Amino acid sequence: MVNSLIGAIESGLLYALMALGVYITFRILDFPDLTVDGSFTTGGAIAAVMITKGADPLTATLLACCGGVLAGTVTGLLHTKGRINGLLSGILMMIALHSINMRILGKPNIALLGEKTIFSSISPLWLMPFVVLAIKLLLDLFFKTNLGLALRATGDNKRMIRSFGAHTDTTIILGLSLSNGLVALSGALIAQQSQFADISSGIGMIVIGLASVIIGEAILGARTVFFATLAAVVGSIVYRMVVALALRIEWFEQTDLKLITAVIVIIALVLPSIQRSSKQRALGRKRSSEIAGTYGKNTGIGGGR
Amino acid sequence: MLQLTNVSKLFHPGSPDEKIALVNVNLHLKPGDFVTVVGSNGAGKSTLMNMISGVLKPDVGEVRIDGNEVSHLIEHQRSRWIGRVFQDPMAGTAPNMTIEENLAMAYSRGKRRGLGLGITASRRTLFRNQLSRLGIGLENRLRAKVGTLSGGERQALSLLMATFTRPQILLLDEHTAALDPARAELVTKLTQSIVSEMNLTTLMVTHNMEQAIRLGNRLIMMDKGRIILDVNEAKKKTLTIEELLGEFERISGHKLSDDRVVLG
Repeated sequence: MVNSLIGAIESGLLYALMALGVYITFRILDFPDLTVDGSFTTGGAIAAVMITKGADPLTATLLACCGGVLAGTVTGLLHTKGRINGLLSGILMMIALHSINMRILGKPNIALLGEKTIFSSISPLWLMPFVVLAIKLLLDLFFKTNLGLALRATGDNKRMIRSFGAHTDTTIILGLSLSNGLVALSGALIAQQSQFADISSGIGMIVIGLASVIIGEAILGARTVFFATLAAVVGSIVYRMVVALALRIEWFEQTDLKLITAVIVIIALVLPSIQRSSKQRALGRKRSSEIAGTYGKNTGIGGGR
Repeated sequence: MLQLTNVSKLFHPGSPDEKIALVNVNLHLKPGDFVTVVGSNGAGKSTLMNMISGVLKPDVGEVRIDGNEVSHLIEHQRSRWIGRVFQDPMAGTAPNMTIEENLAMAYSRGKRRGLGLGITASRRTLFRNQLSRLGIGLENRLRAKVGTLSGGERQALSLLMATFTRPQILLLDEHTAALDPARAELVTKLTQSIVSEMNLTTLMVTHNMEQAIRLGNRLIMMDKGRIILDVNEAKKKTLTIEELLGEFERISGHKLSDDRVVLG
Protein backbone atom coordinates (compact mmCIF):
# COMPACT_ATOMS: atom_id res chain seq x y z
CA MET A 1 0.00 0.00 0.00
CA VAL A 2 2.69 2.47 1.05
CA ASN A 3 4.83 1.33 -1.84
CA SER A 4 2.09 1.90 -4.36
CA LEU A 5 1.47 5.39 -2.94
CA ILE A 6 5.14 6.29 -3.18
CA GLY A 7 5.11 4.97 -6.72
CA ALA A 8 2.08 7.17 -7.39
CA ILE A 9 3.86 10.27 -6.09
CA GLU A 10 6.86 9.47 -8.24
CA SER A 11 4.95 9.05 -11.47
CA GLY A 12 2.68 11.95 -10.51
CA LEU A 13 5.72 14.21 -10.42
CA LEU A 14 6.97 12.89 -13.75
CA TYR A 15 3.58 13.42 -15.39
CA ALA A 16 3.22 16.82 -13.68
CA LEU A 17 5.30 18.43 -16.44
CA MET A 18 2.83 17.07 -18.98
CA ALA A 19 -0.05 18.43 -16.87
CA LEU A 20 1.63 21.87 -16.82
CA GLY A 21 1.83 21.70 -20.60
CA VAL A 22 -1.86 20.87 -20.86
CA TYR A 23 -2.64 23.69 -18.42
CA ILE A 24 -0.95 26.17 -20.78
CA THR A 25 -3.02 25.21 -23.80
CA PHE A 26 -6.30 24.22 -22.16
CA ARG A 27 -6.60 26.92 -19.51
CA ILE A 28 -4.38 29.79 -20.62
CA LEU A 29 -4.79 29.68 -24.39
CA ASP A 30 -8.27 28.14 -24.22
CA PHE A 31 -7.14 25.76 -26.96
CA PRO A 32 -7.74 22.02 -26.43
CA ASP A 33 -4.56 20.75 -28.04
CA LEU A 34 -4.54 17.06 -29.01
CA THR A 35 -0.96 17.22 -30.27
CA VAL A 36 -0.11 16.10 -26.74
CA ASP A 37 -0.95 12.45 -27.50
CA GLY A 38 1.71 12.46 -30.21
CA SER A 39 4.34 14.75 -28.73
CA PHE A 40 4.47 12.77 -25.47
CA THR A 41 5.55 9.69 -27.44
CA THR A 42 7.90 11.82 -29.55
CA GLY A 43 9.70 12.89 -26.38
CA GLY A 44 10.06 9.30 -25.17
CA ALA A 45 11.12 8.08 -28.61
CA ILE A 46 13.84 10.70 -29.14
CA ALA A 47 15.28 10.17 -25.65
CA ALA A 48 15.22 6.35 -25.93
CA VAL A 49 16.81 6.20 -29.37
CA MET A 50 19.56 8.66 -28.43
CA ILE A 51 20.31 6.88 -25.18
CA THR A 52 20.55 3.45 -26.84
CA LYS A 53 22.91 5.02 -29.39
CA GLY A 54 25.10 6.09 -26.46
CA ALA A 55 24.21 9.76 -26.11
CA ASP A 56 24.43 11.58 -22.81
CA PRO A 57 21.03 11.19 -21.06
CA LEU A 58 20.75 14.93 -20.29
CA THR A 59 21.43 15.87 -23.92
CA ALA A 60 18.94 13.23 -25.05
CA THR A 61 16.30 14.62 -22.67
CA LEU A 62 16.82 18.22 -23.80
CA LEU A 63 16.65 17.22 -27.48
CA ALA A 64 13.45 15.29 -26.78
CA CYS A 65 12.06 18.53 -25.34
CA CYS A 66 13.05 20.35 -28.54
CA GLY A 67 11.18 17.72 -30.55
CA GLY A 68 8.03 18.62 -28.62
CA VAL A 69 8.62 22.35 -29.18
CA LEU A 70 8.83 21.68 -32.91
CA ALA A 71 5.61 19.63 -32.92
CA GLY A 72 3.80 22.41 -31.04
CA THR A 73 5.10 25.01 -33.46
CA VAL A 74 3.72 23.06 -36.41
CA THR A 75 0.30 22.73 -34.75
CA GLY A 76 0.39 26.47 -34.09
CA LEU A 77 1.27 27.24 -37.71
CA LEU A 78 -1.53 24.96 -38.97
CA HIS A 79 -4.02 26.77 -36.77
CA THR A 80 -2.89 30.38 -37.23
CA LYS A 81 -1.39 30.59 -40.70
CA GLY A 82 -3.30 27.68 -42.22
CA ARG A 83 -6.53 28.80 -40.51
CA ILE A 84 -7.43 25.21 -39.60
CA ASN A 85 -9.76 24.74 -36.65
CA GLY A 86 -7.76 24.32 -33.43
CA LEU A 87 -9.08 20.90 -32.51
CA LEU A 88 -8.48 19.63 -36.04
CA SER A 89 -4.93 21.04 -36.19
CA GLY A 90 -4.14 19.05 -33.06
CA ILE A 91 -5.71 15.86 -34.41
CA LEU A 92 -3.84 16.19 -37.73
CA MET A 93 -0.58 16.70 -35.91
CA MET A 94 -1.27 13.79 -33.57
CA ILE A 95 -1.86 11.43 -36.51
CA ALA A 96 1.17 12.71 -38.40
CA LEU A 97 3.32 12.32 -35.30
CA HIS A 98 2.31 8.67 -34.99
CA SER A 99 4.15 7.90 -38.25
CA ILE A 100 7.04 10.17 -37.33
CA ASN A 101 7.38 8.50 -33.93
CA MET A 102 7.44 5.10 -35.62
CA ARG A 103 10.24 6.37 -37.89
CA ILE A 104 12.20 7.63 -34.88
CA LEU A 105 11.76 4.42 -32.90
CA GLY A 106 12.22 2.10 -35.89
CA LYS A 107 10.13 -0.53 -34.07
CA PRO A 108 7.11 -0.29 -31.76
CA ASN A 109 9.11 -0.66 -28.57
CA ILE A 110 12.64 0.15 -27.40
CA ALA A 111 13.95 -1.15 -24.07
CA LEU A 112 16.37 0.93 -22.01
CA LEU A 113 17.32 -1.85 -19.57
CA GLY A 114 20.90 -1.47 -18.44
CA GLU A 115 21.38 1.83 -20.29
CA LYS A 116 22.65 4.90 -18.47
CA THR A 117 19.69 7.26 -17.93
CA ILE A 118 19.16 10.43 -15.92
CA PHE A 119 17.79 8.28 -13.13
CA SER A 120 20.79 5.88 -13.04
CA SER A 121 22.53 7.90 -10.36
CA ILE A 122 19.59 9.61 -8.64
CA SER A 123 16.09 8.33 -7.92
CA PRO A 124 13.21 10.23 -9.57
CA LEU A 125 11.72 10.65 -6.12
CA TRP A 126 14.70 12.79 -5.10
CA LEU A 127 15.27 14.63 -8.38
CA MET A 128 11.76 15.32 -9.64
CA PRO A 129 10.43 17.54 -6.80
CA PHE A 130 13.20 20.04 -7.57
CA VAL A 131 12.78 19.85 -11.34
CA VAL A 132 9.00 20.24 -11.15
CA LEU A 133 9.19 23.07 -8.62
CA ALA A 134 11.80 24.92 -10.68
CA ILE A 135 9.77 24.63 -13.88
CA LYS A 136 6.56 25.61 -12.10
CA LEU A 137 8.19 28.74 -10.63
CA LEU A 138 9.81 29.65 -13.96
CA LEU A 139 6.41 29.38 -15.63
CA ASP A 140 4.84 31.59 -12.95
CA LEU A 141 7.54 34.15 -13.55
CA PHE A 142 7.16 33.94 -17.32
CA PHE A 143 3.42 34.61 -17.07
CA LYS A 144 4.21 37.87 -15.29
CA THR A 145 6.46 39.20 -18.03
CA ASN A 146 5.13 41.45 -20.78
CA LEU A 147 5.23 38.53 -23.20
CA GLY A 148 3.59 36.20 -20.68
CA LEU A 149 0.79 38.70 -20.05
CA ALA A 150 0.16 38.93 -23.80
CA LEU A 151 0.00 35.13 -23.97
CA ARG A 152 -2.55 35.00 -21.16
CA ALA A 153 -4.61 37.77 -22.74
CA THR A 154 -4.64 35.83 -26.02
CA GLY A 155 -6.71 33.15 -24.31
CA ASP A 156 -8.78 35.66 -22.37
CA ASN A 157 -9.62 38.33 -24.95
CA LYS A 158 -7.93 38.12 -28.37
CA ARG A 159 -9.53 41.24 -29.75
CA MET A 160 -8.37 43.35 -26.83
CA ILE A 161 -4.74 42.27 -26.88
CA ARG A 162 -4.59 42.71 -30.66
CA SER A 163 -5.78 46.28 -30.24
CA PHE A 164 -2.79 46.78 -27.94
CA GLY A 165 -0.36 45.56 -30.55
CA ALA A 166 0.35 41.92 -29.68
CA HIS A 167 0.32 39.53 -32.61
CA THR A 168 -1.97 36.74 -31.40
CA ASP A 169 -0.66 34.30 -34.03
CA THR A 170 2.77 34.58 -32.46
CA THR A 171 1.51 34.16 -28.91
CA ILE A 172 -0.59 31.10 -29.87
CA ILE A 173 2.41 29.46 -31.56
CA LEU A 174 4.58 30.31 -28.59
CA GLY A 175 2.10 28.82 -26.13
CA LEU A 176 1.70 25.62 -28.14
CA SER A 177 5.45 25.08 -28.49
CA LEU A 178 6.04 25.75 -24.80
CA SER A 179 3.26 23.34 -23.89
CA ASN A 180 4.40 20.52 -26.17
CA GLY A 181 8.02 21.04 -25.10
CA LEU A 182 6.95 20.29 -21.52
CA VAL A 183 4.86 17.32 -22.65
CA ALA A 184 7.78 15.83 -24.61
CA LEU A 185 10.08 16.45 -21.64
CA SER A 186 7.65 14.52 -19.48
CA GLY A 187 7.57 11.71 -22.10
CA ALA A 188 11.38 11.55 -22.15
CA LEU A 189 11.57 11.32 -18.36
CA ILE A 190 8.84 8.66 -18.17
CA ALA A 191 10.67 6.56 -20.78
CA GLN A 192 13.85 6.73 -18.69
CA GLN A 193 12.07 5.92 -15.45
CA SER A 194 10.11 2.98 -16.88
CA GLN A 195 13.12 1.97 -18.99
CA PHE A 196 11.27 1.60 -22.24
CA ALA A 197 9.70 3.76 -24.95
CA ASP A 198 6.55 2.55 -26.63
CA ILE A 199 4.74 3.82 -29.72
CA SER A 200 1.40 3.79 -27.90
CA SER A 201 2.57 5.43 -24.66
CA GLY A 202 0.93 8.78 -25.52
CA ILE A 203 -2.58 7.49 -26.20
CA GLY A 204 -5.10 9.25 -23.99
CA MET A 205 -2.44 11.55 -22.56
CA ILE A 206 -4.51 14.69 -23.22
CA VAL A 207 -7.36 13.34 -21.09
CA ILE A 208 -4.97 12.44 -18.26
CA GLY A 209 -3.57 15.97 -18.48
CA LEU A 210 -7.06 17.47 -18.36
CA ALA A 211 -7.97 15.24 -15.42
CA SER A 212 -4.88 16.42 -13.53
CA VAL A 213 -5.59 20.10 -14.20
CA ILE A 214 -9.25 19.77 -13.23
CA ILE A 215 -8.65 17.66 -10.10
CA GLY A 216 -5.98 20.10 -8.97
CA GLU A 217 -8.27 23.09 -9.49
CA ALA A 218 -11.04 21.37 -7.54
CA ILE A 219 -8.65 20.95 -4.59
CA LEU A 220 -6.67 24.21 -4.70
CA GLY A 221 -8.67 26.58 -6.89
CA ALA A 222 -7.08 28.70 -9.58
CA ARG A 223 -7.29 32.25 -8.24
CA THR A 224 -3.87 33.18 -9.57
CA VAL A 225 -1.36 31.65 -11.96
CA PHE A 226 0.68 30.56 -8.93
CA PHE A 227 -2.19 28.44 -7.61
CA ALA A 228 -3.23 27.23 -11.06
CA THR A 229 0.22 25.80 -11.87
CA LEU A 230 0.48 24.36 -8.37
CA ALA A 231 -2.95 22.80 -8.95
CA ALA A 232 -1.74 21.11 -12.15
CA VAL A 233 1.18 19.54 -10.23
CA VAL A 234 -0.91 18.48 -7.24
CA GLY A 235 -3.67 17.26 -9.55
CA SER A 236 -1.19 15.07 -11.40
CA ILE A 237 -0.04 13.44 -8.15
CA VAL A 238 -3.58 12.99 -6.82
CA TYR A 239 -4.65 11.49 -10.14
CA ARG A 240 -1.90 8.85 -9.87
CA MET A 241 -2.96 8.09 -6.29
CA VAL A 242 -6.59 7.67 -7.30
CA VAL A 243 -5.49 5.33 -10.09
CA ALA A 244 -3.26 3.34 -7.71
CA LEU A 245 -6.14 2.95 -5.27
CA ALA A 246 -8.62 2.08 -8.01
CA LEU A 247 -6.33 -0.65 -9.31
CA ARG A 248 -6.29 -2.25 -5.87
CA ILE A 249 -9.97 -3.00 -6.27
CA GLU A 250 -9.96 -6.50 -7.67
CA TRP A 251 -12.81 -6.01 -10.08
CA PHE A 252 -10.99 -3.27 -12.08
CA GLU A 253 -8.65 -4.23 -14.91
CA GLN A 254 -5.61 -2.20 -15.97
CA THR A 255 -7.39 -1.54 -19.27
CA ASP A 256 -10.32 0.13 -17.49
CA LEU A 257 -8.03 3.03 -16.60
CA LYS A 258 -8.88 5.20 -19.59
CA LEU A 259 -12.60 4.79 -18.95
CA ILE A 260 -12.11 5.78 -15.31
CA THR A 261 -10.07 8.82 -16.41
CA ALA A 262 -12.69 9.88 -18.93
CA VAL A 263 -15.42 9.57 -16.28
CA ILE A 264 -13.40 11.68 -13.83
CA VAL A 265 -13.00 14.42 -16.45
CA ILE A 266 -16.68 14.30 -17.43
CA ILE A 267 -17.83 14.59 -13.82
CA ALA A 268 -15.38 17.42 -13.19
CA LEU A 269 -16.58 19.32 -16.27
CA VAL A 270 -20.32 18.81 -15.73
CA LEU A 271 -20.54 19.31 -11.97
CA PRO A 272 -19.44 22.97 -11.77
CA SER A 273 -21.95 24.13 -14.40
CA ILE A 274 -24.81 22.32 -12.65
CA GLN A 275 -23.74 23.82 -9.33
CA ARG A 276 -23.51 27.27 -10.87
CA SER A 277 -26.95 27.23 -12.44
CA SER A 278 -28.68 25.90 -9.32
CA LYS A 279 -26.87 28.52 -7.23
CA GLN A 280 -27.93 31.24 -9.69
CA ARG A 281 -31.55 30.10 -9.48
CA ALA A 282 -31.49 30.05 -5.68
CA LEU A 283 -29.94 33.52 -5.60
CA GLY A 284 -32.45 34.78 -8.16
CA ARG A 285 -35.38 33.50 -6.06
CA LYS A 286 -33.96 35.03 -2.90
CA ARG A 287 -33.26 38.43 -4.47
CA SER A 288 -36.60 38.69 -6.25
CA SER A 289 -38.50 37.95 -3.04
CA GLU A 290 -36.40 40.58 -1.27
CA ILE A 291 -37.06 43.13 -3.98
CA ALA A 292 -40.77 42.37 -3.96
CA GLY A 293 -40.75 42.89 -0.18
CA THR A 294 -39.05 46.29 -0.29
CA TYR A 295 -41.35 47.57 -3.02
CA GLY A 296 -44.40 46.86 -0.87
CA LYS A 297 -42.87 48.57 2.16
CA ASN A 298 -41.53 51.68 0.45
CA THR A 299 -44.64 52.57 -1.50
CA GLY A 300 -47.32 51.19 0.72
CA ILE A 301 -49.02 49.65 -2.30
CA GLY A 302 -50.59 46.30 -1.67
CA GLY A 303 -50.04 46.42 2.09
CA GLY A 304 -52.40 47.66 4.76
CA ARG A 305 -55.60 46.39 3.21
CA MET B 1 -3.05 63.38 -38.63
CA LEU B 2 -5.57 60.97 -40.13
CA GLN B 3 -6.29 60.98 -43.81
CA LEU B 4 -8.63 58.70 -45.74
CA THR B 5 -8.55 59.16 -49.49
CA ASN B 6 -11.20 57.70 -51.81
CA VAL B 7 -11.76 54.73 -49.54
CA SER B 8 -14.30 52.15 -50.73
CA LYS B 9 -15.28 48.79 -49.30
CA LEU B 10 -17.72 46.11 -50.45
CA PHE B 11 -18.84 43.17 -48.37
CA HIS B 12 -19.35 39.81 -50.14
CA PRO B 13 -18.55 41.27 -53.59
CA GLY B 14 -20.20 39.46 -56.46
CA SER B 15 -22.55 37.44 -54.26
CA PRO B 16 -26.30 38.02 -53.82
CA ASP B 17 -25.46 39.47 -50.38
CA GLU B 18 -23.22 42.16 -51.84
CA LYS B 19 -23.37 45.21 -49.65
CA ILE B 20 -21.83 48.62 -50.10
CA ALA B 21 -20.10 49.53 -46.86
CA LEU B 22 -18.11 52.60 -47.88
CA VAL B 23 -18.06 54.56 -51.15
CA ASN B 24 -15.37 57.08 -51.99
CA VAL B 25 -14.95 58.29 -48.46
CA ASN B 26 -12.62 61.22 -48.01
CA LEU B 27 -11.90 62.32 -44.50
CA HIS B 28 -9.12 64.42 -43.09
CA LEU B 29 -8.60 64.96 -39.36
CA LYS B 30 -6.24 67.64 -38.13
CA PRO B 31 -4.23 67.03 -34.96
CA GLY B 32 -6.49 67.57 -31.97
CA ASP B 33 -9.73 67.25 -33.93
CA PHE B 34 -12.57 65.62 -31.99
CA VAL B 35 -15.08 64.44 -34.57
CA THR B 36 -18.43 62.86 -33.73
CA VAL B 37 -20.01 60.50 -36.27
CA VAL B 38 -23.75 59.94 -36.59
CA GLY B 39 -25.82 58.05 -39.14
CA SER B 40 -28.49 55.43 -39.69
CA ASN B 41 -28.14 51.69 -39.29
CA GLY B 42 -25.71 50.26 -41.82
CA ALA B 43 -24.44 53.69 -42.82
CA GLY B 44 -20.85 52.45 -42.61
CA LYS B 45 -19.84 54.01 -39.29
CA SER B 46 -18.41 50.81 -37.84
CA THR B 47 -16.79 49.91 -41.16
CA LEU B 48 -15.11 53.31 -41.12
CA MET B 49 -13.72 52.59 -37.64
CA ASN B 50 -12.56 49.10 -38.66
CA MET B 51 -10.93 50.54 -41.76
CA ILE B 52 -8.90 52.97 -39.67
CA SER B 53 -7.93 50.43 -37.01
CA GLY B 54 -6.93 47.83 -39.59
CA VAL B 55 -9.55 45.16 -38.79
CA LEU B 56 -10.64 45.65 -42.42
CA LYS B 57 -8.61 46.75 -45.41
CA PRO B 58 -10.00 49.04 -48.09
CA ASP B 59 -10.81 47.58 -51.55
CA VAL B 60 -9.84 50.93 -53.04
CA GLY B 61 -8.19 54.02 -51.59
CA GLU B 62 -5.63 54.66 -48.91
CA VAL B 63 -5.42 55.37 -45.20
CA ARG B 64 -2.67 57.55 -43.76
CA ILE B 65 -1.88 58.08 -40.12
CA ASP B 66 0.53 60.85 -39.20
CA GLY B 67 1.83 60.82 -42.77
CA ASN B 68 2.42 57.05 -42.85
CA GLU B 69 0.57 55.02 -45.43
CA VAL B 70 -0.94 52.20 -43.35
CA SER B 71 -3.43 50.53 -45.75
CA HIS B 72 -1.34 47.37 -45.91
CA LEU B 73 -0.77 47.06 -42.16
CA ILE B 74 -2.95 44.79 -40.07
CA GLU B 75 -4.54 45.65 -36.75
CA HIS B 76 -1.77 44.84 -34.31
CA GLN B 77 0.76 46.69 -36.45
CA ARG B 78 -1.35 49.85 -36.49
CA SER B 79 -2.11 49.66 -32.81
CA ARG B 80 0.96 51.70 -32.00
CA TRP B 81 -0.90 54.76 -33.32
CA ILE B 82 -4.45 53.86 -32.43
CA GLY B 83 -6.31 53.55 -29.15
CA ARG B 84 -9.77 52.08 -29.35
CA VAL B 85 -12.75 51.63 -27.04
CA PHE B 86 -15.48 49.27 -28.17
CA GLN B 87 -19.21 49.41 -27.51
CA ASP B 88 -19.19 46.14 -25.57
CA PRO B 89 -17.68 46.73 -22.11
CA MET B 90 -16.41 43.13 -22.29
CA ALA B 91 -14.40 43.80 -25.43
CA GLY B 92 -11.72 46.19 -24.24
CA THR B 93 -10.37 44.34 -21.20
CA ALA B 94 -9.24 40.82 -20.27
CA PRO B 95 -11.77 39.65 -17.63
CA ASN B 96 -9.71 36.92 -15.98
CA MET B 97 -6.71 39.15 -15.43
CA THR B 98 -6.28 41.80 -12.77
CA ILE B 99 -6.67 45.55 -13.23
CA GLU B 100 -2.92 46.09 -12.95
CA GLU B 101 -2.19 43.30 -15.45
CA ASN B 102 -4.61 44.87 -17.92
CA LEU B 103 -2.95 48.23 -17.47
CA ALA B 104 0.49 46.65 -17.94
CA MET B 105 -0.62 45.26 -21.30
CA ALA B 106 -1.94 48.66 -22.34
CA TYR B 107 1.33 50.20 -21.22
CA SER B 108 3.27 47.88 -23.58
CA ARG B 109 1.49 49.26 -26.64
CA GLY B 110 3.99 50.00 -29.39
CA LYS B 111 6.84 48.42 -27.44
CA ARG B 112 8.48 45.05 -27.96
CA ARG B 113 6.98 42.55 -25.56
CA GLY B 114 9.95 40.80 -24.02
CA LEU B 115 10.75 39.04 -20.79
CA GLY B 116 10.75 42.13 -18.61
CA LEU B 117 8.30 42.02 -15.73
CA GLY B 118 4.92 43.46 -16.65
CA ILE B 119 4.34 44.96 -13.23
CA THR B 120 7.11 46.70 -11.32
CA ALA B 121 6.91 48.94 -8.26
CA SER B 122 7.33 52.10 -10.32
CA ARG B 123 4.74 51.01 -12.86
CA ARG B 124 2.31 50.18 -10.07
CA THR B 125 2.63 53.72 -8.71
CA LEU B 126 1.99 55.07 -12.18
CA PHE B 127 -1.06 52.81 -12.61
CA ARG B 128 -2.43 53.91 -9.24
CA ASN B 129 -2.04 57.60 -10.14
CA GLN B 130 -3.68 57.14 -13.50
CA LEU B 131 -6.57 55.14 -12.02
CA SER B 132 -7.23 57.76 -9.37
CA ARG B 133 -7.95 60.24 -12.18
CA LEU B 134 -11.03 58.19 -13.03
CA GLY B 135 -12.38 58.98 -9.59
CA ILE B 136 -14.21 55.67 -9.11
CA GLY B 137 -11.90 54.06 -6.58
CA LEU B 138 -10.24 51.56 -8.91
CA GLU B 139 -6.82 52.66 -7.62
CA ASN B 140 -7.53 50.66 -4.45
CA ARG B 141 -8.44 47.49 -6.35
CA LEU B 142 -5.33 46.94 -8.47
CA ARG B 143 -5.37 43.19 -7.88
CA ALA B 144 -9.09 42.68 -8.50
CA LYS B 145 -9.97 40.69 -11.60
CA VAL B 146 -11.50 42.94 -14.24
CA GLY B 147 -14.37 40.48 -14.66
CA THR B 148 -15.63 41.51 -11.20
CA LEU B 149 -16.10 45.16 -12.24
CA SER B 150 -19.39 46.66 -13.41
CA GLY B 151 -19.91 47.59 -17.06
CA GLY B 152 -19.35 51.29 -16.35
CA GLU B 153 -16.16 50.63 -14.41
CA ARG B 154 -14.86 48.38 -17.16
CA GLN B 155 -15.62 50.98 -19.79
CA ALA B 156 -13.86 53.70 -17.78
CA LEU B 157 -10.87 51.36 -17.43
CA SER B 158 -10.98 50.60 -21.18
CA LEU B 159 -10.91 54.32 -21.89
CA LEU B 160 -7.91 54.80 -19.62
CA MET B 161 -6.14 51.81 -21.20
CA ALA B 162 -6.83 53.05 -24.73
CA THR B 163 -5.40 56.49 -24.00
CA PHE B 164 -2.66 55.41 -21.60
CA THR B 165 0.21 55.72 -24.06
CA ARG B 166 -1.20 58.81 -25.75
CA PRO B 167 -2.13 57.32 -29.12
CA GLN B 168 -2.12 59.51 -32.23
CA ILE B 169 -5.73 58.58 -32.85
CA LEU B 170 -8.49 57.59 -30.46
CA LEU B 171 -11.44 55.62 -31.85
CA LEU B 172 -14.59 55.48 -29.73
CA ASP B 173 -17.16 53.08 -31.12
CA GLU B 174 -20.43 53.92 -29.31
CA HIS B 175 -18.56 53.32 -26.12
CA THR B 176 -21.35 54.57 -23.87
CA ALA B 177 -24.25 52.87 -25.67
CA ALA B 178 -24.33 49.75 -23.49
CA LEU B 179 -24.35 51.66 -20.19
CA ASP B 180 -27.21 53.00 -18.12
CA PRO B 181 -27.67 56.81 -18.36
CA ALA B 182 -25.80 57.71 -15.18
CA ARG B 183 -22.77 55.57 -16.02
CA ALA B 184 -22.87 56.70 -19.64
CA GLU B 185 -22.68 60.29 -18.42
CA LEU B 186 -19.71 59.46 -16.19
CA VAL B 187 -17.83 57.82 -19.06
CA THR B 188 -18.74 60.73 -21.37
CA LYS B 189 -17.34 63.24 -18.86
CA LEU B 190 -14.15 61.18 -18.52
CA THR B 191 -13.86 61.03 -22.29
CA GLN B 192 -14.15 64.79 -22.56
CA SER B 193 -11.56 65.47 -19.91
CA ILE B 194 -9.05 62.88 -21.15
CA VAL B 195 -9.37 63.95 -24.79
CA SER B 196 -8.95 67.65 -24.03
CA GLU B 197 -6.17 67.09 -21.50
CA MET B 198 -4.10 64.98 -23.89
CA ASN B 199 -5.29 66.85 -26.96
CA LEU B 200 -6.08 63.55 -28.71
CA THR B 201 -7.26 63.33 -32.29
CA THR B 202 -10.55 61.53 -31.78
CA LEU B 203 -13.27 59.93 -33.85
CA MET B 204 -16.40 59.03 -31.89
CA VAL B 205 -19.38 57.11 -33.24
CA THR B 206 -22.57 57.74 -31.28
CA HIS B 207 -26.30 57.17 -31.47
CA ASN B 208 -26.93 59.98 -29.06
CA MET B 209 -27.69 63.09 -31.14
CA GLU B 210 -27.45 65.43 -28.18
CA GLN B 211 -24.02 63.98 -27.32
CA ALA B 212 -22.91 64.23 -30.94
CA ILE B 213 -23.67 67.94 -30.96
CA ARG B 214 -22.36 68.70 -27.48
CA LEU B 215 -19.00 66.92 -27.77
CA GLY B 216 -16.12 67.65 -30.08
CA ASN B 217 -15.34 70.34 -32.61
CA ARG B 218 -16.75 68.73 -35.73
CA LEU B 219 -19.64 66.45 -36.67
CA ILE B 220 -20.00 64.19 -39.68
CA MET B 221 -23.11 62.36 -40.77
CA MET B 222 -23.05 59.15 -42.78
CA ASP B 223 -25.61 57.35 -44.91
CA LYS B 224 -25.26 54.33 -47.20
CA GLY B 225 -21.48 54.30 -47.05
CA ARG B 226 -21.06 58.01 -47.74
CA ILE B 227 -20.26 61.05 -45.66
CA ILE B 228 -23.26 63.24 -46.45
CA LEU B 229 -22.75 66.11 -44.05
CA ASP B 230 -19.73 67.70 -42.42
CA VAL B 231 -20.45 70.33 -39.77
CA ASN B 232 -17.61 72.58 -38.64
CA GLU B 233 -17.05 73.97 -35.18
CA ALA B 234 -18.75 77.32 -35.66
CA LYS B 235 -21.91 75.84 -37.17
CA LYS B 236 -21.96 73.02 -34.64
CA LYS B 237 -22.22 75.44 -31.71
CA THR B 238 -25.66 76.61 -32.79
CA LEU B 239 -26.87 73.30 -34.20
CA THR B 240 -30.00 71.75 -32.69
CA ILE B 241 -31.19 68.15 -32.85
CA GLU B 242 -34.18 69.17 -35.00
CA GLU B 243 -31.93 70.93 -37.50
CA LEU B 244 -29.63 67.91 -37.61
CA LEU B 245 -32.48 65.48 -38.30
CA GLY B 246 -33.96 67.91 -40.83
CA GLU B 247 -30.65 68.14 -42.67
CA PHE B 248 -30.45 64.38 -42.77
CA GLU B 249 -33.91 64.05 -44.34
CA ARG B 250 -33.23 66.83 -46.83
CA ILE B 251 -29.95 65.34 -48.09
CA SER B 252 -30.72 61.62 -47.95
CA GLY B 253 -34.38 61.82 -48.85
CA HIS B 254 -35.44 59.53 -46.01
CA LYS B 255 -35.89 59.71 -42.27
CA LEU B 256 -33.00 58.82 -39.98
CA SER B 257 -33.88 55.20 -39.34
CA ASP B 258 -32.15 53.91 -36.32
CA ASP B 259 -33.94 51.91 -33.69
CA ARG B 260 -31.36 52.88 -31.12
CA VAL B 261 -31.13 56.55 -31.83
CA VAL B 262 -31.30 58.72 -28.74
CA LEU B 263 -32.33 62.31 -29.14
CA GLY B 264 -30.86 63.38 -25.83
